Amino acid sequence: MLSFFQETIVPHFNFWIYVVIMMIGLWSVIAKNNLVKKLIGLSIFQTAILLLYVSLAVKEGATIPVIESQVLAGSAHTEPPAAEGGKKALPVINPDGYANPLPHVLMLTAIVVGVATLGVALALTQMIYKDFGTLEEDEVLRKIKALHDDV
Amino acid sequence: MKAKIFASLSVLITGAILLYAVTDFPDFGDPGSPPNAGVPGGAPSASRYYLENTYRDTKVPNVVTAVLADYRGYDTMFETVVILTAGIAIFAILRVLRRDDAPAAPDPDPARTDHTIDGDHHRIIVGTTCRIAAPLIQIFALYVVAHGHYSPGGGFQGGVMLGASFILLALSGSLRETLTRFSESDYMRMAFIGIVIYAGLGLLPMWVGRNFLDYGALSGLFMTKGEEMARSHSMLGVEIGVAVTVMSIMFAMFANLSTRGRLRGGL
Repeated sequence: MLSFFQETIVPHFNFWIYVVIMMIGLWSVIAKNNLVKKLIGLSIFQTAILLLYVSLAVKEGATIPVIESQVLAGSAHTEPPAAEGGKKALPVINPDGYANPLPHVLMLTAIVVGVATLGVALALTQMIYKDFGTLEEDEVLRKIKALHDDV
Repeated sequence: MKAKIFASLSVLITGAILLYAVTDFPDFGDPGSPPNAGVPGGAPSASRYYLENTYRDTKVPNVVTAVLADYRGYDTMFETVVILTAGIAIFAILRVLRRDDAPAAPDPDPARTDHTIDGDHHRIIVGTTCRIAAPLIQIFALYVVAHGHYSPGGGFQGGVMLGASFILLALSGSLRETLTRFSESDYMRMAFIGIVIYAGLGLLPMWVGRNFLDYGALSGLFMTKGEEMARSHSMLGVEIGVAVTVMSIMFAMFANLSTRGRLRGGL
């Protein structure tokens, strides 16, 4: 049991957390009856995906993906300046010293687009409430069915 | 009840399948994992290229900003268009433009909407504090936008903060008062102006026969020595465009959602 914990869960704990959060979100999207609660579940689901991507970007002992000023000034490296006269040597950057920037870029835009789509979803929910007087899914479906039966 | 059991079962099965797959995933914090270092024998990792060459290509230390605004410029431009589209969609879904129902739906609490510093004692402390805080928040947001090349920050983050400062004003004072400063025609127009700034900066290189969003061609316009600084300056312009759109749409979303599209009364 303990070896399973140490060998399977601990090195992948970020994925376990993401799966658990994703299951919470998915369950509320499927099982909850209230439309606003479904939207909350959708947001939790999205947060799980963001956590998955950002946790993939983590490197042991790395800092944020902003190149440090000492490296840019060249003082962090002892190698001699470039031979060609006058032209300043470009700093040598160790990629393992910085977190992976790509997932951060993708998730940055995903967060903002998630907010925008959530806004549209809330607007639709408000219109549903205005038209049907309820946010419970089964009551809305019953009222839609009654409307069709009348016609 | 049956539906909940079915939902729980399907969620548990999904989670079990995902956890079974997780055992093959790279360890947490492993610098040699495929997303961080690429596959051995396969294509080189894009993230390593960005980390090694961003400063050489663009003279921007913040790799995230450089990838966002330069290498992946198309992506970011259309993300901004998605945000604009969401704002237009909320306008189309919610906004009530008829004037004939105005007397039928009066503001629920006139004291809240006819807000004056003397007339509304409930909000005097909160309202005054937020009024003082809002310009400071906006200055910090402008710093986040402008300093995005050298520290964490950029157009999206600064734009959201600018929008939040207007939302704070509307929440603490009144929406009507905030709308006199940042009216509906203002924010909808500014949302489009942000996209025009971004796409216009992208179109300029085509003038001299280069590709769309190839900012290196703008070194003549920005009077820089090399193409690297032109790319750096263009990124700032692009971030400003993103910030303007995000700010306007954030406030538009709040104004429409909190008043059910009437832009009167509200929270």
